[in-house]
Amino acid sequence: MTTGVLEGALAFGFAALGVALALNLWRLVRGPGVADRILALDTMVINVIGLIVLAGIEGGSGTSFEAALLLAMVGFVGTVSYCKFLLRGDIIE
Amino acid sequence: MNTPPLAYADLFVSALIVLGAGFALVGSWGLVRLPSLMERLHGPTKASTLGLGAMLVASVVWFQLGKGVWTTHELLIPMFLFITAPISANMIAKVHLHRLRTGEASEPAGPAGPPPPPPGSADWATHEVPHEGTPGDFAGD
Repeated sequence: MTTGVLEGALAFGFAALGVALALNLWRLVRGPGVADRILALDTMVINVIGLIVLAGIEGGSGTSFEAALLLAMVGFVGTVSYCKFLLRGDIIE
Repeated sequence: MNTPPLAYADLFVSALIVLGAGFALVGSWGLVRLPSLMERLHGPTKASTLGLGAMLVASVVWFQLGKGVWTTHELLIPMFLFITAPISANMIAKVHLHRLRTGEASEPAGPAGPPPPPPGSADWATHEVPHEGTPGDFAGD
């Protein structure tokens, strides 16, 4: 059922998201500020969600949706709690 | 059986995947290339809205036309992201402004320049003192 066009598009998608993750990692290591690192981590979560969605299309299983939704929620909570900790010195007040 | 509608579906899904992955790549490229944090915040927003949105629509179309099942629950992910992305961006900008004020970060000069100061003698509310009687009020401890 999978034609060559879709396989090529999936390969391009995996490659593009891999390069995007490498760029995010560069920004995560380089900084220069803490806010840059939080932003880089947030973007990495977004790109990994994209990878999971593409893997779900390739594998043909509907179970990858749960992993993607969980990662979206955990990534958001992580970003907000890290920001809250830097702003207030505490996460839950 | 590769009927013409399915072939069109393949083309459509492929185009959406290429579009979404391209947007994700451009967003991360902007995260690396833009000079200051306030400008860097713009790049990944394109990756999270247009990039992931296109990829998830591709997933919905693929499961509908390839397997004949509607999997609209995938749309929950972009909906959740559209709600949470402005909140996390606002929190990151607040962290940046707060650390600018405390002198722990510096603002490199970019094409957009530094962000405008708040009007009057006010300041951005990044580290507000907790109100009296709220759980964050530790003044009496």
